[in-house]
Amino acid sequence: MSLESNPAATAETTSTPSALLEVRQLSMRFGGLLAVDGVSFDMRPGQIFAIIGPNGAGKTTVFNCIGGFYRPTSGTVLLDGQPIHGLPSHRIARQGLVRTFQNLRLFRTMTVVENLLISQHTQLETRLLSGLFKTPKYRRTETEALERAVFWLEKVGLLHLANREAGNLAYGQQRRLEIARCMITHPKLLLLDEPAAGLNPQETRDLDRLINALRSEHQVAVLLIEHDMSLVMGISDDILVMEYGRPIATGTPAEIQRNPRVIKAYLGEE
Amino acid sequence: MPRNLLEAVLVALLAGLLTVPILGIHIQVDGIKVSLQGNAMPVLAIMAVVFAARLFQVPQKAATGMAYLSQRLPRPPRLAASYRPVLIGLVIVVAIVWPFTASRSAIDIATLALIYVMLGLGLNVVVGFAGLLDLGYVAFYAVGAYGYALLSMHWGLSFWACLPLCVLMAAATGCLLGFPVLRLRGDYLAIVTLGFGEIIRLLLNNLNALTGGPDGIGNIAKPTLFGLEFAREPSTEGGVTFHQFFGLDYHSIDTLIFLYLVALGMALLILYVINRLIRMPIGRAWEALREDEIACRSLGLNPTTIKLSAFGFGASTAGFAGAFFAARQGFINPESFTFIESAIVLAIVVLGGMGSQLGVILAAIALTALPEIARQFAEYRMLIFGLVLVLMMIWRPQGLVPASRPRLELPERAETAP
Repeated sequence: MSLESNPAATAETTSTPSALLEVRQLSMRFGGLLAVDGVSFDMRPGQIFAIIGPNGAGKTTVFNCIGGFYRPTSGTVLLDGQPIHGLPSHRIARQGLVRTFQNLRLFRTMTVVENLLISQHTQLETRLLSGLFKTPKYRRTETEALERAVFWLEKVGLLHLANREAGNLAYGQQRRLEIARCMITHPKLLLLDEPAAGLNPQETRDLDRLINALRSEHQVAVLLIEHDMSLVMGISDDILVMEYGRPIATGTPAEIQRNPRVIKAYLGEE
Repeated sequence: MPRNLLEAVLVALLAGLLTVPILGIHIQVDGIKVSLQGNAMPVLAIMAVVFAARLFQVPQKAATGMAYLSQRLPRPPRLAASYRPVLIGLVIVVAIVWPFTASRSAIDIATLALIYVMLGLGLNVVVGFAGLLDLGYVAFYAVGAYGYALLSMHWGLSFWACLPLCVLMAAATGCLLGFPVLRLRGDYLAIVTLGFGEIIRLLLNNLNALTGGPDGIGNIAKPTLFGLEFAREPSTEGGVTFHQFFGLDYHSIDTLIFLYLVALGMALLILYVINRLIRMPIGRAWEALREDEIACRSLGLNPTTIKLSAFGFGASTAGFAGAFFAARQGFINPESFTFIESAIVLAIVVLGGMGSQLGVILAAIALTALPEIARQFAEYRMLIFGLVLVLMMIWRPQGLVPASRPRLELPERAETAP
């Protein structure tokens, strides 16, 4: 997989009625602190969109508002034209918006393959009696779930570790498992919170390839927060830069790299 | 060496301090005069033992890496898959045949042990799998017991008709409590459930008109075998008892054997159901919730319904066991449902190994059978019990038989995209 960008996605640059995610004037206030202040952006299906900014700029808070972990103070979030702001996080996840976490949240004492089965919970036969009596439908859905798990384990190169406890994997493997755990739910939009944190350069390159493959083969849009600039600039179609909770620039990687306000935010005043 | 000596002296003094109230003081009753008398010998003996043990203790070599892991988490030997059903079948057959050769008291104790097996398995789902610390488990046990006693007394329903009703009542109580409190976690949940357990006991104690208050309810009907009673004479006009129907002589031990077999059947049913549940999506979700609630939510799992299902299932198991308890005793009062019962069931789960079925069963049997066998040490029961718990926490915090993760057989390489 090379770094080619999706031609369909780069053709149109302005927001369209068919936007996958529309964030409008999103604000989040914690007491006296305005952590996010009037953030707006659009994402098209299949787009890779990055949010960057110095530490404490409010990037993860934006994630938490979109994913339903916080209830935004004001603003709207539309997924496929449907408002999702204020919904509980598990309802949002069921609409095809899933995320990974900055500090990894795997089910650590459960095995790798069990982690992948749990994320398919909402798609499985969960009725009590069919499971107790192992009805054919129950067996079929369980086998299909295992097959999907094997497919994704192979994809992220963890098949040989399927029956290991997730907490015992190496750090990079845990990161890949968390992405697989999201992808197995067939999301429309995948939120990655600092996916390259703690990875070595080789692993970061693998991650770059993996994210591109997810987009081109599984038509998922990716919204990511990342500090690794080489990854962000290489992979993103569009970038939003935040500072002190406010958006200071939006544009393609090339535009962002030239933007004087961004340079100022990152490097300070001359 | 001097440091070792100092430590040994300190530890010996501490041991002395702890043992004085237990062994060092004798109550002397002389007519109406009660006086305390010191008794130094046992205390000194224990201090000497502790001193010597501490002084000559071999320093434990700290293992590292994988050696450390394998030392802390010894895996029980895995039986070859094909032997497992045979072994389980053998154990069940022995458990069925055994009462016909055993003494009255042994059967009685075994029946009691089976009740605790049921309670332990049920609480294991709540605490071991779902990770919800429930200190008021006995409340649901009481609901089941009183449910059966009242239904049987007022409407004359049979044990078998009441059993599902009791399960439903306990599950409903569990959900009723669960809705408001399950947003709490950890210690807070423990405190609320502790309070709930006490509320139920106090209600039973004070609702005189309904529950008979502290006097309890007596003459509760025993289970029947397809309507055949186990008694010398039928309790109703024209009834037929078991021994009359089969033309046997009356033996009072038959009742005990029957009760034991009923308890065994009920325990096996619970074991089967839980064994299925933990391999089903719902069981996996329970464990996932224990591991990380936020991750569950981020993947679309609704934590409230999952917690509620674990809580409700645990409660219904307690109700199931409670109905049998009432039927076996023939008499219940609130004294049977004090906090210490919840504590014992929790101890069974912790000793056996959280989330481990086999461990919980063994611990339940050990904790009910051992005190009965070692009756002459009855005064030391709580002391030994506490000691065992402390030692377990030091050497085997994962329990007698730690839960092992099921190994999933993967299908052959799946070529098709999902």
